[in-house]
Amino acid sequence: MELAAHRVLLSGRAAGPLFRLKAPISFWGGVDPQSGAVVDPRHPDCGAQIAGTVLALPSAIGSSSSSAVMLELLRVGHAPVALLMGRIDAILALGVVVAREMGYGAIPVLEVDFDAIARLPADVSLSVDGSRILVS
Amino acid sequence: MATVELSEHERKLARGEAGPAAGLAMRVVAETAGWLGARRLLPIASAHIDGCLYHGDSGVEFARRLAGEGARVAVPTTLNVGALDLIHPERVRADPDRRAMIKAQMDAYVAMGCAPTWTCAPYQAGHRPAAGTDVAWGESNAVAFCNSVLGARTNRYGDFLDICCALTARAPDAGLHRPENRRARVVIETAALSSALRDADALYPALGAWLGAELGETVAVIDGLPANLAEDRLKALGAAAASEGAVGLFHVAGSTPEAPDVDAALGGLPPERTIALTPAMIRAARDALSTAAGDQLDAVALGSPHFSLLEFAAFERLRAGQRFAVPVYICTGRGVLAELEAAGGDEGMRAAGVVIVADTCVVVTPILPAGGGVVMTSSGKFAHYTPANTGYEVVYGGLADCVESAIKGSIERDEALWN
Repeated sequence: MELAAHRVLLSGRAAGPLFRLKAPISFWGGVDPQSGAVVDPRHPDCGAQIAGTVLALPSAIGSSSSSAVMLELLRVGHAPVALLMGRIDAILALGVVVAREMGYGAIPVLEVDFDAIARLPADVSLSVDGSRILVS
Repeated sequence: MATVELSEHERKLARGEAGPAAGLAMRVVAETAGWLGARRLLPIASAHIDGCLYHGDSGVEFARRLAGEGARVAVPTTLNVGALDLIHPERVRADPDRRAMIKAQMDAYVAMGCAPTWTCAPYQAGHRPAAGTDVAWGESNAVAFCNSVLGARTNRYGDFLDICCALTARAPDAGLHRPENRRARVVIETAALSSALRDADALYPALGAWLGAELGETVAVIDGLPANLAEDRLKALGAAAASEGAVGLFHVAGSTPEAPDVDAALGGLPPERTIALTPAMIRAARDALSTAAGDQLDAVALGSPHFSLLEFAAFERLRAGQRFAVPVYICTGRGVLAELEAAGGDEGMRAAGVVIVADTCVVVTPILPAGGGVVMTSSGKFAHYTPANTGYEVVYGGLADCVESAIKGSIERDEALWN
């Protein structure tokens, strides 16, 4: 099965297990920049790990320092392998662009139909290639 | 995705012809502009940088790389808080390695030509762009104040984009830079609140918290408040609103420059919604700012955004020469502190048990005594961030309640005001 992105903010190839966040998140205060763990006690996914996943999030909220958390995750190697966002958030994507410029590596960032992602079964893996998202 | 049309000058910058740092900065601004749907970039008159606060070594490496490549800001630029009180370094608990990284990050921004203001209230440290001016500001309360109270135009520029705009003197022509996005869509009526509450400082953080939670980035005009509201009330409203939701701009009829009246704020169009605030709605918003019940009090924290001279004066009137039973932390900018000290205004309050924190604040770096407890604050922003960032429980109350509680050593609140 294959899905198409609405928009490609940052193009690239990546593959990993899908992880769908149950609620919007502020990376600043919500994700530990050193480990990639969700740490906001009020978030329904608190305790989950986003490192290495194809991370699907309905939208990002909160602090504009979330770009700094994204950059740090990429520097220490605990970032997701791709970001699929229901509603585009320039702040997270900005962290990825700066990581690319700093030589920490970049990940694909895509705007997607979040409802289509939400309908996928649990425990699938996704491969991202440009605007294509392959489900396996 | 929209294609951004770059000028010849902007293309030269992007190619690195003015140096690698300006090249990096222009590529970041142009790429972001495309995501935001901008067709072009705008010249900006000034910038305020939030990226000088330490979140990890990558932020230090980024700032050091730009500074090391000779980056210089192209417009007047102020700096938000760092993670150290440079005037009283012992105030912050950090190991030497972390302290060195924090300091290196702050130094790199100064090396790029930013003014070392170290305040989240740059607008009370002389940085006040004229109404209608395009600027690039970071830090949520500063953004809300700049748009709403000064009438200058900025989006919520996050870490890294803020300095990239400052280095290139450009920002994407999108969002709140565009007049059509600045008009109010929603009217908030406050006539059902008592006139005593509408005239109390304590209302404004609670009103802001309600606004942020209810409307997020939707622009609203608030009607029925006293005309020509004090700047510090608008500051408190905006800071709370921007902590609870993505509020970048609000209007207050009769007080803010784009709202001489409700119709003007609406741009002559009908509102999409009108919400009549009730005392119960405001009480609920106020209550949501507290996580503790009971009267236990271990410290009082004031000054988010940073205290102004007028706020220090109000604090001293309320203190009326009395001493405090618990430590009182007041956060302020070094500019305001210098004026306060020059007039000798700090001596009495220090003797009474006040710890004045400059250049930083108690929710972004470890200053409150380790071990936790209950902290009381008159700031909606402190109330929002205290539990997650400090481990303390929090109680919100107006400045008068905070001062009275600190004198007694237990929490006192004027409940009658909120009916």
